Amino acid sequence: MSDVHVENLVKTYDGGQVKAVNGISFAVEKGELFGLIGPDGAGKTSIFRMLTTLLLPDSGKATVTGLDIVHDYKEIRSHVGYMPGKFSLYQDLTVEENLSFFATIFNTTIEENYHLIKDIYIQIKPFKNRRAGKLSGGMKQKLALCCALIHKPSVLFLDEPTTGVDAVSRKEFWEMLKALKAQGITILVSTPYMDEATLCERIALIQSGSILSIDTPQNIIKQFPDKLYSVRSDNMIRLINDLRTMPEVTSVYSFGDHHHITLRDNNLDGLLQELTEKGHAAVDGKPIEPTVEDCFIALMKNANN
Amino acid sequence: MKQFLSFVRKEFYHVFRDKKTLLLLFGMPIAQILLFGFALTNEIKNSNIVICDYAKDVASQELTAKIEASNYFEIEKSLPNHRQIEKAFQSGKIKLAIIFPTNFGNDLWHGGKAQVQIIADASDPNTATTLTSYATQIIRDYEMSIRKTNAHNLQISAITRMIYNPELKGTTNFVPGVMALVLMLICVLMTSASIVREKENGTMEILLVSPFSPLLAVTAKAVPYFILSLVNLTVILLLSVFLLDMPIKGSILLLFFESSILILTALSLGLLISNSTNSQQAAMLISLMGLLLPVMIFTGFMFPLENMPRPLQLFSNLVPSKWYYIIVKNVMIKGLGLRSVWKETLILMGMATFLLILSIKKFKTRLS
Repeated sequence: MSDVHVENLVKTYDGGQVKAVNGISFAVEKGELFGLIGPDGAGKTSIFRMLTTLLLPDSGKATVTGLDIVHDYKEIRSHVGYMPGKFSLYQDLTVEENLSFFATIFNTTIEENYHLIKDIYIQIKPFKNRRAGKLSGGMKQKLALCCALIHKPSVLFLDEPTTGVDAVSRKEFWEMLKALKAQGITILVSTPYMDEATLCERIALIQSGSILSIDTPQNIIKQFPDKLYSVRSDNMIRLINDLRTMPEVTSVYSFGDHHHITLRDNNLDGLLQELTEKGHAAVDGKPIEPTVEDCFIALMKNANN
Repeated sequence: MKQFLSFVRKEFYHVFRDKKTLLLLFGMPIAQILLFGFALTNEIKNSNIVICDYAKDVASQELTAKIEASNYFEIEKSLPNHRQIEKAFQSGKIKLAIIFPTNFGNDLWHGGKAQVQIIADASDPNTATTLTSYATQIIRDYEMSIRKTNAHNLQISAITRMIYNPELKGTTNFVPGVMALVLMLICVLMTSASIVREKENGTMEILLVSPFSPLLAVTAKAVPYFILSLVNLTVILLLSVFLLDMPIKGSILLLFFESSILILTALSLGLLISNSTNSQQAAMLISLMGLLLPVMIFTGFMFPLENMPRPLQLFSNLVPSKWYYIIVKNVMIKGLGLRSVWKETLILMGMATFLLILSIKKFKTRLS
């Protein structure tokens, strides 16, 4: 049986006016690193709060380690680790005090499960007497992860753990998650960063409370329906406006310093020539491999149509 | 148990690392005790009194009728013996006793000079002085009226005695009042912020996703404030004994016991507010606005409750500090024991239990 099983979960706010989660189903296997990928407001936090028994769903069912999220909420609470999106430790307590408080609350000690957090804790240990509120963003995340892990949870819920953290710390963080996964802990992680999607084993792309696709990142990329090209010229703003008016261009969006496009007849050379005729200089284009973000945009477009 | 102790320790950290809260916790009582040097005076109507009439002659009965007819006094009953006066005072129902000696009428008509004794409960000195002056005024009026009909130069001298607080120290009145006010406000204010703060900071979110029980959290939050409030109480008592020369006549142990019950009541009320609100600001506002005025007005140390309209008097029964004020006056000033305040003690205990159970029940095990 899967560790987390979600079936048609629905959550609305303000008496049904705002639909945050709109009939979502997915399953996470034991020991899997599963990612919920979607922009802000997609419903990721609501899903996490329902699975950690903090919110009651309007309808639908879900189990965590085989326990029902509504009826067995007390049981679930001692088996899962949860790290909310907002830093939620006691800012006026030191690093060590926070950790030992959460250890005692879960009826355990730091020593008992030190092996689980050792690799992470060792990095913040030099600051163990510093108040949590005075730590840097990356160190706060590490401490929060330690606190969520100290009772050896079987499922770990991480809500946007890398938001507001610098690139180096983000990379370190994902390496830590891989190490934890190796210990057999099931991990659910949510992120708005598409580039982090490939670091998960399987991902669910979420938009406006609905799942667009669930698969491995590789399969999702494979399912991209068209050939993708990136083009650029000396005037990127005029370029995107021109591309939008051309009938052979089926989709176009700006992606960093390039524009990503799909073509009806996949005739890139013809397009580039046409652009040069329209007065663009330094026109350049090449076929590229789609990323998860390209897939997300394509899926979102399909869903809207 | 280990969980509980760890929780309590955490709460202590919160209190001691928040310097502003600490200042409020200890600064406010000291400031208030020193500021409330004066209590307010007010006209007092329909005070219950007892009459002990040994004379039972025309003059004493005429005077009694005059006293009864005034707006100021209600005669609770007539006592056959002055020894029962003390007991009547201790019941707390009467404010004043008037005693006519055996030969009151005889002395007046034949000797031209008679005495009447007025005894007042001066544990509330303002009321006591006001009431004795009312009584002497009525006696003076009567004296004038009989002088008109009689040629003799008749004289009635009223001998006033203040019991419990012969020097009429104002402090005796305001110390119990400030104790009630400060303990009530501080305890409610502090705890009302404590649970809602965890909601605001998001720590409640991870706290809920753990095997701890609401009972544990709520009681653990009350412990540090309970201990600090007892320290506070000690400071207030030390200040009043050594700075304001205010004696503690009754048992100190009993005083602390009764104070503990009031503190528990207030802490439970604070926790209830904290559980029912969603921001620290709202919690503070409710506990300040919702409590300051009722506690000031209905405790009875600023404005006599006897003088209020009936509905307000009934309402005052809901204010815990009212009962505590009665208890402290009896224990501290009159030196009475638990036997005289058991009723008020039970009421306070009932309030504490009710509020504590309600605040635990109100604790939300989920976010919304």
